[in-house]
Amino acid sequence: MKISVQVNEGPYQHQASDSAYNFVKAALEKGHEIFRVFFYHDGVNNGTRLATPPQDDRNVQQRWSDLSKEHELDLVICVAAAQRRGIVDDGEAERNGKDATNIMDGFRISGLGQLIEAGVQSDRLVVFGD
Amino acid sequence: MLHIVNKSPFEKDSFTSCMAHAAESSTVLLIEDGVYAALKGSSVEDQLSRAKVVALQSDVAARGIEGNLVDGIDLIDYPDFVDLVANGDGVQSWV
Amino acid sequence: MSDIKKFLYVNRRAPYGTVYALESLEVVLIGAAFDQDVSLVFMDDGVFQLKKDQNSEASGMKNFSPTFNALGDYDVNKIYVEKESLEARGMTMDDLMALTYEDEDDDWAEKSSMHLVSADEVRDLMEESEVVLSF
Repeated sequence: MKISVQVNEGPYQHQASDSAYNFVKAALEKGHEIFRVFFYHDGVNNGTRLATPPQDDRNVQQRWSDLSKEHELDLVICVAAAQRRGIVDDGEAERNGKDATNIMDGFRISGLGQLIEAGVQSDRLVVFGD
Repeated sequence: MLHIVNKSPFEKDSFTSCMAHAAESSTVLLIEDGVYAALKGSSVEDQLSRAKVVALQSDVAARGIEGNLVDGIDLIDYPDFVDLVANGDGVQSWV
Repeated sequence: MSDIKKFLYVNRRAPYGTVYALESLEVVLIGAAFDQDVSLVFMDDGVFQLKKDQNSEASGMKNFSPTFNALGDYDVNKIYVEKESLEARGMTMDDLMALTYEDEDDDWAEKSSMHLVSADEVRDLMEESEVVLSF
């Protein structure tokens, strides 16, 4: 089955990203296809590579990135939400004249249409949020 | 339909609103702070009978309340969660 | 993408205090371009999003409530408001913005997009939907 997931909260502040990660991992292990994981609202903060969590804690951002590499996951950060919160890739840095980027490997920034498309294309869309 | 509730019923109205709107045939999955809705003797206990309610075992265990839950609440793991999503006819999160 | 699905946007949160209401509306506007079967339900604190007379000027927050008036132009005209939620908050439909659309099948007559529904009808809307986006 084709499943997509929406993550609406940032890492550490809220458990939503952890729940979504565990769900996606279990779905993959059961042989389902994860069509897309869409990060919205503060969820875009799951895609920064500049975080340094304590060593005795999980690394939420890195964990998503690793899972993406392992399973070729499509991790999409909403551009409108990212612009408000300062998540930047090369294209965004150039377009908006920023002096740095911070996007984590494995994530890409794209439009809200990607969320709607995920809803249309997937058999299920599961929302994790506050 | 599968309904997912992730809020404590003592802080937000998500659980109460969900139980008031869920069809009798639906399943309500409690995750994160939503698992507190399954406490025995709580002020929302009588709402649990309005649909089939299950709770995520890992979130129950994290909060130390496994011994405090009402009888008959099924505890499930993430693979079961995936099955509920895949086998049901739709899913709604009460964020 | 030819398949048309029933999308339901469930709005249960008040505006301004958190960003969810504003960013939810952005999804609805973008989603309108996808020609899906779209319904919006406003329930619990979500009914506050449609309150008339919002003036956020002094608060410094962005007042996005006028954007709701544009929904009709995007063929988003199934706006459901839960009666029980309004009553619990001491309000009626008269307290809300009167959102309308022009019906192209009826010589562009202006019609109301607002539908007052019961909790039971909200349950049916949810059960009938294929994609539920909750904000």
